[in-house]
Amino acid sequence: MADTATSSSSSGGGQDRGPRRDSRSGGAREGGGGRKFFRRKKVCKFCVEKIDSINYKDVRLLSGFVAERGKIVPRRLTGVCTPHQRRLSEAIKQARNIALLPFAARF
Amino acid sequence: MQQRTYEVMFIVRPDLVDEEIDKLVSTMESHATNAGAVVKNIEKMGKRRLAYLVRRFSDGFYILLTLEADGKAIHEVERRLRVSEPVIKFLTVRIDEEQKRLDKIKQLRSTKVKRSTAEPAPAPTPEAVAPAATA
Ligand SMILES: [Zn+2]
Repeated sequence: MADTATSSSSSGGGQDRGPRRDSRSGGAREGGGGRKFFRRKKVCKFCVEKIDSINYKDVRLLSGFVAERGKIVPRRLTGVCTPHQRRLSEAIKQARNIALLPFAARF
Repeated sequence: MQQRTYEVMFIVRPDLVDEEIDKLVSTMESHATNAGAVVKNIEKMGKRRLAYLVRRFSDGFYILLTLEADGKAIHEVERRLRVSEPVIKFLTVRIDEEQKRLDKIKQLRSTKVKRSTAEPAPAPTPEAVAPAATA
């Protein structure tokens, strides 16, 4: 019945978990046991900041929504709303095509 | 055919010198013009690291053309890019509809601001409606 609102307290033992590895999308399942999923901000960045255009040339913006392996981060983890996620993934795919973003992990 | 606005981004191999790149760009520009496209803008985005290897190159010069063209002209420009040896990759994106959407949003935003500043304006409308209902 512990309060899950504060994610850091439930993990037990501070360790080096402090700076959460954001790009590691599957991180919640790792390490076994306990609900240590982090409360992510469940608001759409594009709605909140009134970002109208999601452009394939804007690598800085787009790279915030791809995991380190190059995958598009699902909206359930980023909080992006459906219409914006659609345009976001469109832009990411265009950026991949012109080698601004990777298709998959580089080895 | 209908004129639309396109962005054509292409990557030139990194071992070219500046003069060769300039020459290639102006050649592409004239190809586009000859095909019936209007070149609105040319932007040399400079040398960039590629996100993955393209024809064994790990970086390249990015060039962005903004064209007003119909489908046929774009097709010809793409064909020229495809057969050009120093061009290792290109991408065409149509931007006029997105631009239209952005203009609309912008307009909507500005009218919203106006409406909120000029608050008492919508007051007379209920009066205008009332006599119409009785008639
Ligand atoms: Zn949104």
